[in-house]
Amino acid sequence: MYSKSTRPQPSNVQYQVMWNRLISVVEEQAQALVRTAFSTSVREAGDLSAGVYDKDGKMLAQAVTGTPGHVNAMADAVAHFIRRIRPENFASGDIYITNDPWEGTGHLHDITIVTPSFYGEKFVGFFACTAHVVDIGGRGFGADANSVYEEGLYIPIMKFASRGTVDETLIKIIRGNVREPDQLVGDIYALATCNEIGHRRLIEMMDEFSLSDICGISDFILTNSRRATLERINSLVRGVAQGEMRSDGYSHPVDLRVKLSIQKDRILCDFSDTSGLDKKGINCPLVYTKAYACYALKCAIAPDIPNNAASLAPFEIIAPENTIVNALHPAPVALRHVIGHMVPDAVYAALDQLLPNLVPAEGAGCLCNFQVSLRPRTDVQAPLNARRAEVLTFNSGGSGARPKLDGMNATAFPSGVMTMPVEATEQVGPVIIWRKELRPDSGGVGRHRGGLGQFMEVGAQEGHEFDIQAMFDRLDHPANGRQGGGMGAPTTIALDNGTAMKGKGKQFVPHGHRVLMAFPGGAGYGPLAERNRAEILRDLAAGYISAEAAIDFYGLDVATVSDTLSKAKKGHVF
Amino acid sequence: MLNSSIRLSVDIGGTFTDVVLDKGDALISTKVLTTHQTPENAIIEGMSYVCKKSGVNPEQISQIIHGTTLATNALIERRGAKTALITTKGFRDVIEMRTESRFEQYDLNLTLPDPLLPRNFRYTIDERMQADGKVLIPLNCQKLDLLVNEIKAAGFESIAIGLLHSYANDAHETMIAKVLAERIPDAMVSVSSQVSPQMREYERFNTTIANAYIKPLMKSYLSRLKERLANEHANCPIFLMHSGGGIISLENAAEFPVRLVESGPAGGAVFAAHIAARHGLDKVLSFDMGGTTAKICLIKDQTPKTARAFEVARTYRFKKGSGMPISIPVIDMVEIGAGGGSLAHVDSMCQIRVGPESAGSEPGPACYNRSGLEPAVTDADLVLGKLDPTNFAGGSIILDPLASKTALQLHLGNALNMNAQTAAFGLSEVVDENMANAARVHAVENGEDLSEFTMIAFGGAAPLHAGRLCEKLGIKRMLVPTGAGVGSAIGFLCAPFSFEANRSQFMRLSYFDANAIKVILNDLNSEATTFVRSCNPSAPIAAEFKVYMRYSGQGWEIPVQLTKAQAQTPDVDTFQALFEREYTLLFGRIVDGLDVEITVWSVNATTPAQAVTPVEAIQTLQALTTEKTRALFDPSLEIVTTAAELPRADLTPGQQIGGPAVITEDETTVVVPTSRVATGLSDGTIDVSEKRVP
Repeated sequence: MYSKSTRPQPSNVQYQVMWNRLISVVEEQAQALVRTAFSTSVREAGDLSAGVYDKDGKMLAQAVTGTPGHVNAMADAVAHFIRRIRPENFASGDIYITNDPWEGTGHLHDITIVTPSFYGEKFVGFFACTAHVVDIGGRGFGADANSVYEEGLYIPIMKFASRGTVDETLIKIIRGNVREPDQLVGDIYALATCNEIGHRRLIEMMDEFSLSDICGISDFILTNSRRATLERINSLVRGVAQGEMRSDGYSHPVDLRVKLSIQKDRILCDFSDTSGLDKKGINCPLVYTKAYACYALKCAIAPDIPNNAASLAPFEIIAPENTIVNALHPAPVALRHVIGHMVPDAVYAALDQLLPNLVPAEGAGCLCNFQVSLRPRTDVQAPLNARRAEVLTFNSGGSGARPKLDGMNATAFPSGVMTMPVEATEQVGPVIIWRKELRPDSGGVGRHRGGLGQFMEVGAQEGHEFDIQAMFDRLDHPANGRQGGGMGAPTTIALDNGTAMKGKGKQFVPHGHRVLMAFPGGAGYGPLAERNRAEILRDLAAGYISAEAAIDFYGLDVATVSDTLSKAKKGHVF
Repeated sequence: MLNSSIRLSVDIGGTFTDVVLDKGDALISTKVLTTHQTPENAIIEGMSYVCKKSGVNPEQISQIIHGTTLATNALIERRGAKTALITTKGFRDVIEMRTESRFEQYDLNLTLPDPLLPRNFRYTIDERMQADGKVLIPLNCQKLDLLVNEIKAAGFESIAIGLLHSYANDAHETMIAKVLAERIPDAMVSVSSQVSPQMREYERFNTTIANAYIKPLMKSYLSRLKERLANEHANCPIFLMHSGGGIISLENAAEFPVRLVESGPAGGAVFAAHIAARHGLDKVLSFDMGGTTAKICLIKDQTPKTARAFEVARTYRFKKGSGMPISIPVIDMVEIGAGGGSLAHVDSMCQIRVGPESAGSEPGPACYNRSGLEPAVTDADLVLGKLDPTNFAGGSIILDPLASKTALQLHLGNALNMNAQTAAFGLSEVVDENMANAARVHAVENGEDLSEFTMIAFGGAAPLHAGRLCEKLGIKRMLVPTGAGVGSAIGFLCAPFSFEANRSQFMRLSYFDANAIKVILNDLNSEATTFVRSCNPSAPIAAEFKVYMRYSGQGWEIPVQLTKAQAQTPDVDTFQALFEREYTLLFGRIVDGLDVEITVWSVNATTPAQAVTPVEAIQTLQALTTEKTRALFDPSLEIVTTAAELPRADLTPGQQIGGPAVITEDETTVVVPTSRVATGLSDGTIDVSEKRVP
């Protein structure tokens, strides 16, 4: 044993404490953002990210928030800031900003703020955070743009504040270009505040452990993470497999094709032969593709290793330029999540061949989001109290069945965001959600059933009409089963009078009408013949499957079905 | 409450039932094993013991105050009644769809907790309210009739009614409740606009269902209890501790049993608040650490911080989101899986992880020698010298240091290339850091700086860890009160009668309506006051007015306290100024030019807090010396020190002993780090403070 004063560097136990502390610091950082943000996407749905970096821009810890999409993108972003602003120009009190889709996190709606951290006079590292804001000008959040120029205001990597002084010119430009200037500026301040809170905690930790820099703890974190990640990778059987999945796209169906190879010390995903760009805004910058490919691999192989530069590095993701997963400027990218959220299904199609009984079947994939723009009716005189409002909602279909478990009903995967309460949504504007409940028979059949999708019906209060901005996929390409499991049900969307509607793009809904939507189910896993009978009866009793499906697909006889349903009606527990 | 009266308090926990008799001039307490099948048995046993010991007859007891984990456990163990839900058509699955997110992002085999009621227990009815309370679709009475037939035939014991926007208009819920009372008089009914009249359907429905689910069980238990106590000649009124830290009548508890969830920990917070009042402390962090979990709560101005919602029955490593939301007024605390029994292992990154798995009392930590092989926090405490192996729990359990060392070496030391002692140090640091992090995050969420706080430590394991926790949090002073082992039950005796009435109703300050505000706050005031009056016919009742405000567009409200005058003559500029002051305190700066809105209105009616006798200041200090010493590891210095050892009784008022020291008593041990000095105070409390630089 030695005493503290003579010790050359912190002990192993102290490093363990510091690593825990940094993870707690970034969680605090993220929490501060949720508390002060204005955009519903941040405060209700958790579409944000926060992390701490060493002075070389290597990410040391990241908060676990609703968005795997920010994981790698954030890890890369700080390097772009270092390159563009340059260390000799860093000063205490500086705050940097961008919404560059290619150097930030994939679309203009994500604002990234980076703050250099100084310990006294000494530059020691960075805090960075990202959040999805509801509006950035342009056409509004949707798929209809033909290039990124139509999608909103572009803020290159620059100083938002220099030595504590905010750039008022930038604020004026931002205010003049967006629909909700107060809220956006409020959100930018919230992002800056959250980095500040992280910075304060870091300085406290450095004082407590008598550190003058964070090189030692950085080494400790990265060394241990690298070793743990490589151990996992090197314990896998090496091999190569090809996976693919097809989704609707906007202009044409999209094929994601990935060649996955497990090699010594790394896993490589090569997206060659993936479809080219779409004309409309569902293209995906490589950073975002990397994030979801990496997320899929980490869930399967190293779920418990925290995200940082070293634990992410062994997962390498490449794609040819101007494939839909490596869209270059000026491709439209606002809804890059529609493609990005499908990436894990493609990766799992390949991984399943190398590591059987590990990954789930395909699920709903991309979130089932829509935005409604309400206004006073224009066909006849609107009532005086009618008003305009923008209401954004986040919803989920079913997740894919797992090797040993059913899929999750109406639960986001791979995204991790939350839905908004209907009562809260209806407080935001004159919208009425008439229905939001599970969609029976939408889960693919199999040894394990896919998660159920959901029904939604949306209309407006008396005196209003609206546009709906649809962002749906899987209308024509429902989730595919794995190992013999059945398909999930496809998305459907129509007006209440039966008029067909499109899965993507802005569409008008006249006064007095509702939009009826059914969101997709997850696919099944394994042969249906192996499904446990008790589970079939439970599904029937609960109404997860209908009597017709129980007879037609699950092979129950009529007597069993009616007996089960009558027991269910009498309040039996299954 | 009269000081001369004799009162009894009872806290039923998972392992022990604590009983405290308050004779006015003395507290007599005992711990008996909880009798899970018939919890009243333990109460009777405990009551007989303390009555006998103090020479009191049960009929002399004027009041019994009771808190219990039965409600919580029924929810965790899913032992509730056969319960149905009636909800708005189109929203059958609200409690199953939850927030549609995964609480653990990286687990492909995640299992979401089952909803309290399976889908075939959830019924829908044609009706609909608009967000502002306007009727969009009237209740279809014919269909309701058919529905009631169906529910009756299925034989449900309890029925929850949860309709959309009922917080804004409860007419349909009330109509359904009336029909049910007529048609199925035997079934118990819980109505969402009464149980939890707050916006956000998932939380409100779930709370109402939880209430309905445990209502038959709690109602029957409470009436049995009343009868058993009467048989023992304890005929006095019985009151229940609620999760918000006040007490309510037995009848009300039976009607709204969900309010009893977490009443034990709430009692602990009230206990700490009482100690804070005695010592005149305005900023206190209460730290309650037992066998399985640690609870941390902020207490400002001698009042525990309250919240409007919390989560029970977490199914996944105490992880946020893995339980079910309950929105009722509650004392705001963080609970983490860190207790004396928490087990440690080494993960793939060579990091020591502790908890939330616990060795419990069976098999217990390795040192109990009851076939527990994994190292627990208590094993580390023993190896580091914090515990005396021959004098644990008053000598009732002999601890085996060798078993601890073996477990530590095998499970931690070998993987990390450390000896058992360093492994114990690592384990102890990790669990202390976990608790410190939880406290830090909680403080940040509340905009507080912990360095200005005093810690009050109670619960069996807290005094062993509190000193180190203070070092980590930069807290300069910590108090260990007497009776720390039965803190919650003592807390019950200190609690006032109180009831908080809430309402969700939006109002922007740009549409400030002073008359409407007066009406809302008056209604809530009379609701809350009437309620408290029903428990206590004579005591003065004070009302606290609170509104929750935010910038229009934000998702999180902050509470803003109003004086009675501000509530009775509402003024827009005052409201704006009060909000801006609180917002600045929390987040540093206001956001110019944005409209502010009120989302929730709240009135808390309460009888005065029990009068406290301020602790007399210590006039002269005297340094104590002891012969007896013990080897104690100091984690801050990372060395083994020679610590003074003395029984708590020796530290009489004014006596001082500098760290390193260990102060022993039957229920716990107070560890005084080298950086601190312990002083006996005149009420028997031990003060452990930072040593002053000479």
